[in-house]
Amino acid sequence: MFRCLIAGLLGLVAIAAQAGPKIEHWTAPSGARVFFIESRVVPIVDVQLDFAAGGAYAAEGKAGVAGLTRSLMGMGAGELDEEQIAERLADTGAMMGGGADQDRASISLRSLSAPREREAALELLRLVLQQPSFSAAVLDREKARTVAGIREADTRPGSIAAKRFAAALYPGHPYGRVPTAESVEKVSRDDLLAFYRSNYGAKRAVVSIIGDVSRAEAEALAQRLTAGLPQAPEKVSLPEAALPAKNTVRVDHPAQQAHIHVGLPALRRGDPDTIPLLVGNYVLGGGGFVSRLMKEVRERRGYAYSVYSYFQPQRERGPFQIGLQTKREQAQAALKVVEEVLAEFLAGGPSEAELKAAKRNLADGFPLRIDSNRKLLEYLSVIGFYDLPLTYLDDFPRKVEAVTAADIRAAFQKHVKTDHMITVIVGGE
Amino acid sequence: MKIRLFAALALAAGAAWANPHEKTLANGLRIIVQEDRRAPTAVHMVWYRAGSMDETDGTSGVAHVLEHMMFKGTRTLKPGEFNKRVAAAGGRDNAFTSLDYTAYFQQVPAQRLGEMMALEADRMANLVLDAGEFEQEIKVVMEERRLRTEDNPQSLVHEKQMAAAFQAHPYRRPIIGWMNDLENMTAADARDWYRRWYAPNNAYVIVVGDVSKDEVFRLADKHYGKVPRRALPERKPQAEPAQVGVKRLSVKAPAKLPYLSLAWKAPALRDLHNEREPYALEMLAGVLDGHEAARLSKNLVRGAKLAVSVGAGYDATVRGEALFVVSGTPAEGRGVAELETALRGEIARVANEGVGADELERVRVQLIAAQVYKRDSMMAQAMEIGRLEAAGVRWRDIGTLIEKLRGVTAAEVQAVAKKYFGDDSLTVAALDPQPLPEGGKQKSVSAGRH
Repeated sequence: MFRCLIAGLLGLVAIAAQAGPKIEHWTAPSGARVFFIESRVVPIVDVQLDFAAGGAYAAEGKAGVAGLTRSLMGMGAGELDEEQIAERLADTGAMMGGGADQDRASISLRSLSAPREREAALELLRLVLQQPSFSAAVLDREKARTVAGIREADTRPGSIAAKRFAAALYPGHPYGRVPTAESVEKVSRDDLLAFYRSNYGAKRAVVSIIGDVSRAEAEALAQRLTAGLPQAPEKVSLPEAALPAKNTVRVDHPAQQAHIHVGLPALRRGDPDTIPLLVGNYVLGGGGFVSRLMKEVRERRGYAYSVYSYFQPQRERGPFQIGLQTKREQAQAALKVVEEVLAEFLAGGPSEAELKAAKRNLADGFPLRIDSNRKLLEYLSVIGFYDLPLTYLDDFPRKVEAVTAADIRAAFQKHVKTDHMITVIVGGE
Repeated sequence: MKIRLFAALALAAGAAWANPHEKTLANGLRIIVQEDRRAPTAVHMVWYRAGSMDETDGTSGVAHVLEHMMFKGTRTLKPGEFNKRVAAAGGRDNAFTSLDYTAYFQQVPAQRLGEMMALEADRMANLVLDAGEFEQEIKVVMEERRLRTEDNPQSLVHEKQMAAAFQAHPYRRPIIGWMNDLENMTAADARDWYRRWYAPNNAYVIVVGDVSKDEVFRLADKHYGKVPRRALPERKPQAEPAQVGVKRLSVKAPAKLPYLSLAWKAPALRDLHNEREPYALEMLAGVLDGHEAARLSKNLVRGAKLAVSVGAGYDATVRGEALFVVSGTPAEGRGVAELETALRGEIARVANEGVGADELERVRVQLIAAQVYKRDSMMAQAMEIGRLEAAGVRWRDIGTLIEKLRGVTAAEVQAVAKKYFGDDSLTVAALDPQPLPEGGKQKSVSAGRH
């Protein structure tokens, strides 16, 4: 029973800085770009590979192929079947993770850094990356599990709202293609092989390493993990995401709460307006209990437990999104409050006091964002994958401090255009 | 593998286990400090030994409601000001309520620790429970209940399962509270709860981070030291009478797939030096579901393709009574009866055939690796100490717990699998999925509104 479900909002756009740790960067002989932080504090090592192999790279009608390719990569590789991989991983105490979003497919490994364990775990990761078997029997089973998951999700108001929101924001764009039972059922082993061969090349890979290894060890392991990847073409660009026409989508649902999303395609990674938008959004709905949305919707009226806004920058325009859930009878009243808060913010921007408070939290709280290897690994991978400057973390405080209320107002007016706003309401009256 | 790994652990954790320091203030408040210098940040937590199990009928959920109200102002701090101060310090804060405890935390740049202590000490003693604020906040809690429970079929199943498994023990009441109790709750109920349980001698403070213990003790004395000790209410054990037959319940809710949860009464850990069975049950849970290669997923999800997901859980370190829970979602076209048979079959197989040495060793490796990995997170370290202390296990005994778990034998695992999984102590709860009335269809698309 957390007082607020803020965990889901962290790690979207949320960085600030005083001085980041030293990031080393090089290109492996394989062509993979490598980003490394040496950290000897805990005897562990984290490695993550990110490929431009997310859902947006799937062909039309094949939604689901990116996620299935990624998940089957851990389920049989080289001479090992899925049980042997799982057992060997467990024997070393290592953990493999990752997944696929629209832009990225990620595979991560956390291992103890003692040579025997590390060696065994890295060899497993190498096999999984370079020699996935894509067993037909495993594919059939995973398709069935995926389809079951989709059908279940399609009964849940939160999942329905998220899917409808994506479809309405990105009509005709790869970001709007959501896996369905039908599209998943059509995915074949050949589709997986083809997707793997054309998207999991070293030149499309970013290797992030943090932990108890030397630069020389990091260089060797990055090359070893990427040398035998398929000869895939370099990454292809995604089409630009057009802005949709303003629209409201209503979906019936018997749930006690209506689930509401408001937003539009808004922000590319690396956009120079990112910092003003981040600081401004802290005031609007990103700053947890101190945000305007929280104050007006939750604290003042008791309309919702969770209400938030965020920008999710992606390769192409990622969404700006406001979300909340509220008792079905009061959905319209709550939505009206949200719209008023947003309109007022767009027109007037933050007050000087709000701006100052946002800067204090974002700039002074910077150390909290980089105080574990796990958090740093995520920043490394984002900096690498989206070609952000290596000084991104170091630059952050100066950039946050430099933001003015006028910058925020201008950036919001440019990126959050109400003429293109999508509203999705699932349930409610 | 075992010896090497344990050496790695000893090396890794040496500093950690030698490290936590503890002091009890004159008012009974215990301060536990773990120095961790890896980054200039700190976690500050205050844990109260008051959770939903301490509530009484009619005011279920009041522990959690009070948790919300703790952000609504003190004699000197306006509502919402607590969050503002933490944010201004560059920090993040939140709180959580469980069956056994209520806890509050801030993550801040380490030099701001004193301010956080001042804030927590203030609301430990000076909370103002304003009726107007209460009226707004209770609505928020009801929205939280709708979100977490009413519209979440699996949560509903678990809520009703607990209510059926326990008839006398207070674990039968949901942490969030019954909706009708929330509807009828008053600021006076929250005030009463606060007066009963929010005392320094019913709390402990945990600090993990870039701090020196002496400075933390000095700050703690300065800020918390002036909060007066108070007499605490008597706690009645309210032990659950022996269950004498299987209980079965079915829960209807909008969903596509059914869901099944089997909960057996099992012993909780009370004497960590002399008991063996709770450790064996923990290891059994590990053999069934402790890692990727564990039995349940291997045999039922990947092997028999009978389920889309399965799980097993047992927590020996609780203030109240323990349950061993095994659950799963059947694959499409398969039913809960079949899944129940298969899940119980897996436990029966352990009871009849035992577990392999390699299987047990794999679970030990996970335990040790987890102890190293937790050091990457100050929050995880603070949480581990906090949870165990809540159950009456001292942080000093974390090493003993791990040692005891590592020492569990295959024969002990087999023995508990034989002993605790009969019909008579079992509560079976199944989700009976109902189609959505309107099939979730899109009602209308209207351009240009709003």
